[in-house]
Amino acid sequence: MSRHVLKISEELLSRIGGHGAETYPHECCGALLGADGEAGREVVKLLPLPNRRHDSPRNRFELSPDDVRLAEKTARETGLDLLGWYHSHPDAPARPSEFDRAHAWPWYSYIIVSVRGGQPVETNSWRLQDDRSAYDSEAIQAVRASDPMFAGAAPHHSVPPAEEEADQLRSDECLSR
Amino acid sequence: MSVKVIIPTPLRAYAGKQDTVELQASTVGEALTTLTARFQDLKRHLFADDGRLRSFVNVYVNDEDIRYLQKDATPLKQGDTVSIVPSIAGGRGFNGNQN
Repeated sequence: MSRHVLKISEELLSRIGGHGAETYPHECCGALLGADGEAGREVVKLLPLPNRRHDSPRNRFELSPDDVRLAEKTARETGLDLLGWYHSHPDAPARPSEFDRAHAWPWYSYIIVSVRGGQPVETNSWRLQDDRSAYDSEAIQAVRASDPMFAGAAPHHSVPPAEEEADQLRSDECLSR
Repeated sequence: MSVKVIIPTPLRAYAGKQDTVELQASTVGEALTTLTARFQDLKRHLFADDGRLRSFVNVYVNDEDIRYLQKDATPLKQGDTVSIVPSIAGGRGFNGNQN
């Protein structure tokens, strides 16, 4: 039994799957924003980001440092925490690869969606153990889009996106729940 | 001089749960050494066994990546903000089935 639980709405889960389907057969990626406290960890907003691994996008994803800083800035500006990251595994299981483990950080939640033939089929979440040796599974608890404080407009970004693709991905429609 | 170091969320547990640490340093290298001396559990997450900054760690001074400045020797001035930015990457691996 997992000792970690990640709360997230069905709608946001669906958007993660949709992002994976949209970029299939390439990997998609994005940031998970929300709150982590005594009531548990809950994702309330997504920040889809462009996959920077143009040489191998079918089996790799990578974000630029500026993407990571944008995610941190967006979290700060919206009073949220940067809880982790999501990405897709095209035609592969929704579990971390050795490459994932080598590049992961403790504490973050890592949602992986398996996309087969262009359709999202399975979504799991993981957390790297403190010694970086392995992952713990993190149970996904689907919740209703409940808290009205997070249901408002998406944040306004003062940092210009690095690519036109990022412009499209960061539309308010993509960000808001 | 007094500078501010911003700690990313995955490393806050190793830095007294603080998101920002203020310390005295005149270079980036000195700031990181002082930081990891104060919070020793941070060291293994920032530095490799050979003492070099891990390749998955990016460091910014204000809005500049130190790789394009003077790396560890980048000088700091009063009030500068040093940001530790984790590299984020991954993927299904080579064969598409298991890894």
